[in-house]
Amino acid sequence: MEAKLVVSSSPHLRRPESVQSVMIDVLVALFPAALAGVIFFGWRGLLTMMLGMLAAMVAEAVVLRQKNIFGDGSAAVTGLLLALTLPPAPPWWLVVTGSVVAIVIGKQVFGGIGNNIFNPALVGRAVLVVSWPAHMTTWLRPLDLATAATPLAPGAEPASLFNLFVGAVPGSLGETSAFALLLGAAWLFYKGLIDWRIPGGYLGTVFLMGAFFDGTGTLPEMFSRGLFHLLAGGVMLGALFMATDMVTSPVTALGRLIFGIGCGLVTMLIRLFGAFPEGVTFAILLMNALTPLLDNLTLPKKFGEVAKLQ
Amino acid sequence: MSPLKALLNGFKEIPPLRLVLGLCPVLAVSAFAENGFGMGLAATAVLIGSNLVISALRNVIPDKIRIPCFIVVIATFVSIVDMTLNAFMPALHAELGIFVPLIVVNCIILGRAEAFASKNGVLSSIADGIGVGLSFTFALTLLSAIRELLGAGTIFGVSVLGEAYQPFRVFGFPPGAFIALGLMLAFYNMLAKKYKLG
Repeated sequence: MEAKLVVSSSPHLRRPESVQSVMIDVLVALFPAALAGVIFFGWRGLLTMMLGMLAAMVAEAVVLRQKNIFGDGSAAVTGLLLALTLPPAPPWWLVVTGSVVAIVIGKQVFGGIGNNIFNPALVGRAVLVVSWPAHMTTWLRPLDLATAATPLAPGAEPASLFNLFVGAVPGSLGETSAFALLLGAAWLFYKGLIDWRIPGGYLGTVFLMGAFFDGTGTLPEMFSRGLFHLLAGGVMLGALFMATDMVTSPVTALGRLIFGIGCGLVTMLIRLFGAFPEGVTFAILLMNALTPLLDNLTLPKKFGEVAKLQ
Repeated sequence: MSPLKALLNGFKEIPPLRLVLGLCPVLAVSAFAENGFGMGLAATAVLIGSNLVISALRNVIPDKIRIPCFIVVIATFVSIVDMTLNAFMPALHAELGIFVPLIVVNCIILGRAEAFASKNGVLSSIADGIGVGLSFTFALTLLSAIRELLGAGTIFGVSVLGEAYQPFRVFGFPPGAFIALGLMLAFYNMLAKKYKLG
């Protein structure tokens, strides 16, 4: 009887997950999108992803002075996410610079995993977009790999909703195939690693704003414009994998919903009224900065707490 | 404090790094080495002049209104520097633009007036102005040289990295100023800790 009584301090409830197991789940979830990228854009895409992951892992290992290059796996996820947001065939130094900036400036400078304010992969991407806009917007048409404009750019050849869903449109390596991204996200939902509120708020806002501000008149037209904005560009990748980053998104339920809606709002404002064709990167970075505020504003009431007397 | 000691002490201050003062010009005009160097020298000239006059008047200035008095002296020297630059170096003057008149509110100059010149003799104050001014110029030139090298591939307008280099343009823009200054501060703190400069 005495042997069964264990005296210990909290926490008493433990889950078997570790940082590494979560990161491996994310890598698994990104696999369909990565595969779609390789199918549509060929071996250059594969090379870009490998290089991005390798550079991020080496940068992390050097900064932390650790011998195990995989570590907790977070650097591999950052490198892969960054590579998925790049054009299909960027020069090698672009990938390496982006990964190193993402890990060193975006993450380690703030104190490493769990302490970064901004999503590291998006920090890397933002720096690259500002520094080398020409390289970052060289899109290729899938399969025949001729240069083409993203469907979001004004004057681009129109893409059917089916092609947008499957991913057979010009765009970043991992953002084109909504189907593959949804498949991967389903794995994260199943594992309980992401909350529906962030992608729900994000995608819902994008759909509604696309329907009401970009569509004209008739109901089917509005519906298809809304769907177009959901499927085109980086919204799916951003909403399902970037905005849901546990470190840089709010912890409260209401905070997450507001975070998602805010991301959608800024994305659509940039798309419809801004100077850039796409706004996912800046929208998520902007909302990352608001995360501590949202957490403070939406702090739930403690059990038994009553309103202060006037 | 003796003038020599004041000079050496001034060198050690390195305003943007050790004192973390004067960051507005450091962030704003450090995209090109030439601008950074020019800005540093302009601020140094104002600093020496204002230190001299404020130190000479330190027993006449009433304590309660010392800040407005300092500002009047500083503004006078800034106007002199502004007009001199405009007359003899119009290109640099155009490049620095609004940031020359803004030397008036540069916290290094008011800081040295309050912390040093109003308490020390004229010679020491001049020496302090030279020391702090030159170390400010040094830090500003170093930062802008790094930013110019990465952001444009040149230093003082001379091509260093060649034609094939594709400029890391973010370092030429304001966000790059924050990133570069932050890294430089971190590097300085690392050195200061190692050699116990703090």
